[in-house]
Amino acid sequence: MIQVNDLSKRYGQTTVLHMPNLHIPKGQTFGLVGNNGAGKTTFFNLLLDLIKPTTGHIEIEGIQVNKSEAWKPLTAAFIDETFLIGYLTPEEYFYFIGELRGINKADVDTFVAQFEELFNGEILGKKKYLRDLSKGNQKKAGIVAAMLGNPELIILDEPFANLDPTTQIRLKKLLKTLTENMNATVLISSHDLGHVTEVCERIVVLEKGEVIKDLATSAETLKELEHHFSV
Amino acid sequence: MILRFANLEWKQFFRSSYWQKSVALNVFMVIFALYFILIFLGLGLGLYPLLKEIYPENDPFVMVNRFLFFWILADMAMRFFLQKLPVMNIKPLLILPLKTSKILHYVLRKSAVSFFNFLPLFTAIPFGIMLLVKGYDVLQVGTWVVLIVVITLITNYLNFIIESLSSKTELSFLPIIALVSGLFALNYFNIISFEGLVESGVNAVIEQPLYLLVPIALLVGLYRINYASLKENLYIDQSLKNKTKEATTTDLKWTRRFGSVAPFLQLDLKLIWRNKRPRSTVFILIMGLLYGLIFYPNPQYQDMQWLYVFVGIFVTGIFMINFGQFIPAWDSGYYKLLMSQNIKYKEYLTSKYILMQMSAVIMFVLSIPYVYFGWDILLIHFAAMIFNIGVNSHILLLGGSFNRKRIDLNQRAAFNYQGTGAVQWIIGFPLLLLPMLFFYVPYHYLGFEAGIATVIILGILGVVFHQKIMQLITAKYIDSKYAMIDAFEQTN
Repeated sequence: MIQVNDLSKRYGQTTVLHMPNLHIPKGQTFGLVGNNGAGKTTFFNLLLDLIKPTTGHIEIEGIQVNKSEAWKPLTAAFIDETFLIGYLTPEEYFYFIGELRGINKADVDTFVAQFEELFNGEILGKKKYLRDLSKGNQKKAGIVAAMLGNPELIILDEPFANLDPTTQIRLKKLLKTLTENMNATVLISSHDLGHVTEVCERIVVLEKGEVIKDLATSAETLKELEHHFSV
Repeated sequence: MILRFANLEWKQFFRSSYWQKSVALNVFMVIFALYFILIFLGLGLGLYPLLKEIYPENDPFVMVNRFLFFWILADMAMRFFLQKLPVMNIKPLLILPLKTSKILHYVLRKSAVSFFNFLPLFTAIPFGIMLLVKGYDVLQVGTWVVLIVVITLITNYLNFIIESLSSKTELSFLPIIALVSGLFALNYFNIISFEGLVESGVNAVIEQPLYLLVPIALLVGLYRINYASLKENLYIDQSLKNKTKEATTTDLKWTRRFGSVAPFLQLDLKLIWRNKRPRSTVFILIMGLLYGLIFYPNPQYQDMQWLYVFVGIFVTGIFMINFGQFIPAWDSGYYKLLMSQNIKYKEYLTSKYILMQMSAVIMFVLSIPYVYFGWDILLIHFAAMIFNIGVNSHILLLGGSFNRKRIDLNQRAAFNYQGTGAVQWIIGFPLLLLPMLFFYVPYHYLGFEAGIATVIILGILGVVFHQKIMQLITAKYIDSKYAMIDAFEQTN
C-alpha cells in the first residue's frame, strides 16, 4: 500500500525526519509512536503531500504522492481541526466531503447514521456549526468524515486525544472493524501506548526523526514500549 | 512594560510570513504614506496664500477655522476606511500577572501615535509658522496648533467607537456614512450650523486659551468610553455567548446547474453568508451602487467620460475586488483539508470565478437606472462589466496565488479586525486605473466608440481565452501549494 523510499525532511540544518525504507502492506493497522517532535505529524504531512520532502518520495499504491494526485481518491485523513470547515453544520460537512468522494446525500445519511452511538446525540441535527462544537465533538465529526466512502487508506493523527473515555473505547472498536471488515489500511499516531498496542498490528517508534523500533504487536509489546519510554 | 508590549508586536509583525513575502506591498505603503505627507505639507504651505487670494478681505486665520468642520468630517471618513483599530492579541496575556488596565492603556495609547494623527501636523505646523511670520500673536497661534492636535486625537478615539460599533453590528460602514452625511446635511440645510459652531468655538479658544480645557475634557471622556468598552470585551465569555446562534441550512439547489463546480459554489456562498468578514463584502455592494451618484449628476464631470469608466469598473466590480483579493485566504482555515481531498484545483478556482462573474452581472443589472443620466453611462457600465469578467477577475485569481495571509474566520475574540485597512484599497487601484487607461487612449485619438470598443474587446479576449488562462493560473497555484499551506498555518 505504502512504500517509503529514502525519505527525509530537513529544515535548515536540522533533520526532522529520515526514513530510508518503510513498507506498509495493504490492510494493516499501523501505529506510530514517539515523543513530541519525533516526526510523526511530519510523516503524515509528507504522506498527504502537504509539505515537500527534502529527499526521496512516498508512493501510495505505486503512485508517487508529490507527482500525481491519483492517490487522493483512495486516501482520507484527519490530522487536526484545520481539516474541518467551521462554518458548516456537521451534516453539511459530511455532504461536502461525500460529494468530493462521489457519494450522494442519501448514502451519506445512512453511513453517518451508524455512528449515532459514537456521536452520543451531540452532533447530528443539533443546528450548530462545527466551530461551535466542543473540541472532542469536532474530532468525532472529523474522524467519521475521514471514513466516508470506504477509503482504502485512512490516516488519523492522535485520534484518541481530547476524547472522553467512552468514546475512546468505542473508537478503538470501530478502528478494528474497519480493518477487519473493509480491509482498509489504517495509520494512526498516538502518545497513548495502551491504545496503540490495543488497536495496531504493527508499531513503529520514531525518535528524532529516525525509526528506532519496528514491532509486530504481541503480548509483550506494551511492556517493551513502556520500558523504552521510561527514561 | 510598554517596551515589552511593543517588542512583542514588533516580533509579530516582522516574523510573520506575510511581511517576509510581501516586501513590495510594504514599499508601496511607504510610498503611499509619503504621498499623503506631501499633500498635507503642500496644503500647509499653500493654505495662507490660497485663503488670502480667495478671500482678500478676510483674515486667513479666521477663515481657516470656518473650514475646520469639513476638515473634521473628512478626517473621520478617511480614518474609518484607512486606519486600523488598535489590535493586539490579548488572550495569552490575560492569565499572566499583568494588570488588565496596563494592557488596555497600552493598546489605546499606542493608537495615539498612529500615522494618521501626525498627518494634520504637516498642515498645521507650516500654517502656524506662516502665521507667526506674518506677525500673529505667538500665544494665539500656539493655542491653535495645540487645539488641532486635540481635535485630531478626538477624531482618533471617536473613530474607534464608531468602528467597533459597526463591526459589532455587522453594518460595515453604514454607521460612518450615516453619521458623516447626517452632520453634513444638517449643516448644509442650515438646520444646525455646525460650521458656525465649530468656528465660534475655535475662535473662543484662541481668544482665551483656558477654554482649551473643554476639548481636552471631551478627549478624556472619549478615552474613558473606549477604555470601558474594551474592558467589557476582555472577558472571553463575551465570545462564548454568541454560540447559541442557531444554524440555518439551505441546500442551494440552483447551484447544481454548474455541475462539478457546485459543491465549491455552495461552500463559497455559505462562507460569505455565515462569516462576519466576508459578509461585510456584501454590504459594500450598497456603497458601490451609490458611488455613481457622486459623479453622474455633477455637471463638472460631464465632459470627462474616461472618469465614468473608473466609476463603471468600481460599480460592477466592487464585490469582485473586495472578495477576490482574498482568494484563497478565505479558505485558509481548512486549506490542508482541501489539498488532501479528491478535488481538482481548477474546479475550486472556477467556482470563485463564477461567483465573481455573477456579481459583475448582478451589479450591472442593478446599475441600469443610471441610464437616467445618459445612455453613454449604460454603455460604459456594460463595457466595464465585460472587462471585469474577462480581465479583472483573472488578474484577481492570479494575484491570489501570491496570497500568504491567513484569514481566521472562526476567531471571535475581541480585537479581531484582521485585514481591514489601507492595503485592501491599494490593491484595487491597478484594477480600476488600467481599464481607464485602455479607454482613454483610443477615446482621446479616435472617439468615444473606439474607447468603449477597446475595453469590450479586451474583456472578450479574456473570456475567449478563459480556459487557457485558467490553466496558467492553476499551474501557478499548484506551484505555490506548499508555501500557501505553510503560511496559512501561521496564526499571526
